[in-house]
Amino acid sequence: MSTIGESFCITSGSEWNFDQLRRAHDHIERIARGELGLDIYPSQIEVITSEQMLDAYSSIGLPLMYRHWSFGKRFARDEALYRNGYSSLAYEIVINSNPCIVYIMEENSLAMQALVVAHAAFGHNHFFKNNGLFKQWTDAGGILDYMEFAKTYIARCEDRHGEEAVEQVLDAAHALMNQGVSRYPRRRSLDLQEEERRESERRAEEERTFNDLWRTLPEGQAARGKRSELAERQRLLGLPEENILYFLEKKAPLLKPWQRELLRIVRHIAQYFYPQKQTRMMNEGCATFTHYHIMNRLHEQGTLDDGAMLEFLHSHTSVVFQPDFDDPRFSGINPYALGFAMMQDIKRICLSPTAEDRAWFPDIAGNADPHATLREAWVAYRDESFIRQFLSPALIRQLKLFEVHDDSHSDLVVEAIHNERGYRAIRSALADSFDVIKREPELEIVDVELDGDRRLLLQNRVHDGIMLDDDDAERVLDHLAMLWGYEVRLVEIDATSEKVLRTFDAGPLEVT
Amino acid sequence: MNIVDRRLNPRGKSLANRQRFLRRARKQILEAVREASARDGITGGGNSRIRIKADSLREPRLAPAAEGGERFHVVPGNKDYVEGDRIPRPPSGEGRGRGGSGDGESEDAFQFVLSREEFIDLFLEDLELPDMLRKELRETEGTTPRRAGYQTSGAAANLNLVRTMRNSLSRRIALKRPRPEEIAAREAELAALERSGEAEQEVIARLTLELEQQRRRSRRVAFIDPIDVRYNRFENVPRPASRAVMFCLMDVSGSMTAHMKDLAKRFYKLLYLFLSRRYERVEIVFIRHTHLAREVDEETFFSSTESGGTVVSTALEEMQRVLAARYPREQWNIYAAQASDGDNMPADNAHAVAVLQNAILPACQYFAYLEVGPEDERYGGSTELWRAYQRIAKAGLPIAMRKVNHRSQIYPVFRQLFSRDRAVRTEAPA
Repeated sequence: MSTIGESFCITSGSEWNFDQLRRAHDHIERIARGELGLDIYPSQIEVITSEQMLDAYSSIGLPLMYRHWSFGKRFARDEALYRNGYSSLAYEIVINSNPCIVYIMEENSLAMQALVVAHAAFGHNHFFKNNGLFKQWTDAGGILDYMEFAKTYIARCEDRHGEEAVEQVLDAAHALMNQGVSRYPRRRSLDLQEEERRESERRAEEERTFNDLWRTLPEGQAARGKRSELAERQRLLGLPEENILYFLEKKAPLLKPWQRELLRIVRHIAQYFYPQKQTRMMNEGCATFTHYHIMNRLHEQGTLDDGAMLEFLHSHTSVVFQPDFDDPRFSGINPYALGFAMMQDIKRICLSPTAEDRAWFPDIAGNADPHATLREAWVAYRDESFIRQFLSPALIRQLKLFEVHDDSHSDLVVEAIHNERGYRAIRSALADSFDVIKREPELEIVDVELDGDRRLLLQNRVHDGIMLDDDDAERVLDHLAMLWGYEVRLVEIDATSEKVLRTFDAGPLEVT
Repeated sequence: MNIVDRRLNPRGKSLANRQRFLRRARKQILEAVREASARDGITGGGNSRIRIKADSLREPRLAPAAEGGERFHVVPGNKDYVEGDRIPRPPSGEGRGRGGSGDGESEDAFQFVLSREEFIDLFLEDLELPDMLRKELRETEGTTPRRAGYQTSGAAANLNLVRTMRNSLSRRIALKRPRPEEIAAREAELAALERSGEAEQEVIARLTLELEQQRRRSRRVAFIDPIDVRYNRFENVPRPASRAVMFCLMDVSGSMTAHMKDLAKRFYKLLYLFLSRRYERVEIVFIRHTHLAREVDEETFFSSTESGGTVVSTALEEMQRVLAARYPREQWNIYAAQASDGDNMPADNAHAVAVLQNAILPACQYFAYLEVGPEDERYGGSTELWRAYQRIAKAGLPIAMRKVNHRSQIYPVFRQLFSRDRAVRTEAPA
């Protein structure tokens, strides 16, 4: 074993040891910090076996997770798939935490470990630390402690109230997990000082714009009385509220304190993962771009020999492979492929732009600093806005993207193809398809019949006639009714015509 | 950067989740297990693949339906479409190659692997050995040593160092045995005084005397005295019998067809499996009989045929002989299962019943009589042997009798015999 840094070389053999891994990491770090300018959390690389990888899979990627049958189900399924050879395991799992935890599997060769370290410990890590959504919504430093708390708390609840009782609440909370996310920062309640300041500002504004003429205007609005009653009730209950779990946690009348805490835990986890849902393509693109750059540089430096380079290229190309729409392997757009292609494209625009690029991207074309440009993009965008901003005509042509309109009964119509007339339409439609808010139903709690039977009223605003999956909706509503304790009604109304399309009702189960 | 080796972390992190999952899907898994066992039997090791309906495992979400409404898709790989082209709708809503996800299918049925232990646990759930508790308390298999405090004599291997040293320390403190450091300090002091040569003779003499006293005390008071020594004490605790022997008695005369033997074999297998989960060690004795009975090995027991008359009592006598020779009832839990088509030489019935009643049943934990019949038989009247045994059963002795005609009846009959629910167990045979 040599100790001279310069003679270190990653070869394609399958044997590796911790010392080699450490030195590979150091070489990678030099490139990542020096050339790409990445800013990362300290990383903790954990070597695990394939069985432990399956464990990590099943608990949705968090190293600590409370106990629930659904994780056992996921484990059983993944294990069956893996043992029968239907699927292979991921090379790594990376956790948005500080320090950033990266799981790597012992079976992989040193070249693959280098790839994984570059991909996860630098690419993903940088994205986690810098992207605005993650900064605003997740607490990388606290997540592991919080999960530790959640795990022990739920275990204690199981001891005290029984596994079934806990399971019932968790099942319901999981069913509503996607509706347990706050998309906008909640308004803070005002403190006295703030209130006084606003009041004096308002008075000053009124004095400044005083005009006696306003007094002479007639007082219209006769229908005000009835509306304000609803408005008052909504205000008191904080409605409309799109975060159903939050509403239940705070307002459901019959829940016990520990049940509220369970809802809160599930809600926090949903919120923690929400940025990942919105930035999957960018996140993977960032990591793939990073590992591609680093591995190429390592090869140029001679730290990665030709065999290892070929091994890397083999797995890289299969990761970023995008089958055509008519290919049997096609299953939608590969986020790795799109993200990587867009970032490579931005690099090209920065370094050697065409006239078209200069017209479309005057801000960045030819600025000769692709890495700074990308770093800014990684901070400020999410998938949807990133596509809206940076998908170039050149890339649309390269991928031969086209847009199809499907009205669910007649023939499909090609709306736009990769030509001058189609670029903007394609870009906008693709951005929409990556928009989590557009992909998920627009559900809100709108009212509670406080003077009647306390029925909870939910509304789903249906866009483009895309309704809820009715079988699932009924089941979820049963869960919701169980938590609320009274009847629940979900109304689907058309967003444009306000017409009621469908109504679901559920009541809590009669306890015998 | 920090590299941590987690490979040696305890395994089975998701075991608790798996147990919850199995509990959740218990009913469906049980059905699947029964079905699988009817299909393959429960022979052989290895894991069993189980396929269950995923209904109780469904995790519903409020999500948009997969179909309906107006949608816009952006897809890659345009070959020759231009704006305004119409593409015929692919059949059955399989939106242009988007159907490959398979998510919808995996929700309908859920497939996973049960380990052999889990399988057997579920398979034999709710079954128990009749009257096992009573027997276990009464019968013991030797004794097992268990820690029980300390004693002052014993083998060196059982020396309890901690207890011994504690005694030694307290005794040394009580008897004011000087510690080696104290002696060393005094020696050093004395040496320093002598070297300096300034100290008075008197002081030196006093110090020397004190040192001498300390040394003497230290010699007299032993560091470890025999009275300090303690040994771990063990008590022999009687251990309940955890060995079982299972007698398989089978009629192999010409009237037993291959089908009947197959039925018997299946029953024996179940019984063996069941016993081996309850007892540490299970031995099997195979006794086959025509008009003569012989103890044979498994191979011969099931395979070769023999011709001759049928005298059941010979088998019972042979069992009695083996019992007496090798399996004293104080040490063994004894089970027996007899399979026969019910044929017996009429003159022998009374004798067989007598042997059974007087010699076999008192020794046995449980005696199961399985009357196997041809597959197509539906109204087989009761045989001589059946009637004879029935009289004993009515007398309340530990004998259970069932008739089996078809392979599919084996498992239900077995469950009936060993059901935890007494009412089911004692239900009169059909």
